Amino acid sequence: MSAPSPTPIRRLFSRLASGLLAASLLLAVPLYGLAVDDPSEMLPDPHAEARAEAIGAQLRCLVCQNESIEDSSAGLARDLRRVVREHVAQGESNQQIMQWMVSRYGNFIRLKPALSLGTIMLWSMPVLALLLGCGAAFFFYRRHAAAPPPPPLSDDEKNRLAQLTGKDDRT
Amino acid sequence: MNTSGSTTRRRLLMALPLAGAGAVGVAFWKMLSGMQHGSFNPHDINAPVLDRPVPDFNLPGLPPAEGFGTAELKALTAPVLVNFFASWCIPCVAEMPTLMAFKDQLPIWGVAYKDKPDNAAAFLRHSGNPFARLGNDPQGRAGMDWGLSGVPETFLIGPGGVIRWHTATPLSEDIIRGTILPLAARLKTP
Repeated sequence: MSAPSPTPIRRLFSRLASGLLAASLLLAVPLYGLAVDDPSEMLPDPHAEARAEAIGAQLRCLVCQNESIEDSSAGLARDLRRVVREHVAQGESNQQIMQWMVSRYGNFIRLKPALSLGTIMLWSMPVLALLLGCGAAFFFYRRHAAAPPPPPLSDDEKNRLAQLTGKDDRT
Repeated sequence: MNTSGSTTRRRLLMALPLAGAGAVGVAFWKMLSGMQHGSFNPHDINAPVLDRPVPDFNLPGLPPAEGFGTAELKALTAPVLVNFFASWCIPCVAEMPTLMAFKDQLPIWGVAYKDKPDNAAAFLRHSGNPFARLGNDPQGRAGMDWGLSGVPETFLIGPGGVIRWHTATPLSEDIIRGTILPLAARLKTP
């Protein structure tokens, strides 16, 4: 027996999926390493360059403020990119480089805020929201379940039900 | 008796997330309402250098002016204003007459930030030179150690080289008269 041939719908879906995959791959290439305007900025070692880019992506450009220094073409962002690469080339850890930046520009330079007393609310918000949702769901479910059962049907209603279903309920 | 007690407990437990969300909401509202009267600015870089000793740096002078570094600032016995500027920066050009007007009431030390020495010198010849000392930071490396995000940026250095005040906006007469001079007077008489 031969395998059943795929239906036209299935063929369409598989084509669509492969098309989407190709499109996302095409998009991913220019997005990666969009950072640097000038190739001479990049470190020769691709591993070190990838590390520098990962660190830079976590650092706010203080001129544009909603871009990372890897994305921004502001002068200060270029200078900070260079500093990150120098420190990476000197073999410093990510944490040391982050510390260098924070000691100069403050926590504001981190695009991802560090967990501290001031940011505890920010970080706990998803848990709080989940708790609130669960609490509300529990509350409404319990109220619904605790509602008294409807009163029994009157004789008229029973007759009507029997008519509608064609069955006599009252055995 | 027992059942009503457990019901109350359950109700309290259920009210907990609601109360938590309410408290968070009030806290956020309080924080964000600070944006209107200026006590909260999400764009503020919050200069971590404030109330810290000046960073380690040493700048050559722009001839004929003398440069300066950490040692000169730490040796201070009276407050000094340190102003980062550049000839290519329009707000710095606009700020210069204000600095000229107050240079005799408070010493001002300048840093030419990422500027060509010739351009900086020509700018100061044209606008007048309010700076008692003038350092040259062509790469902006000293600027980074000061946490500079742009020019003009101004720091008030107290005796002993401690950064006492900072702004990343151009100075106005109001800021100098209302904030800087009173603060400098307080720093002078400990």
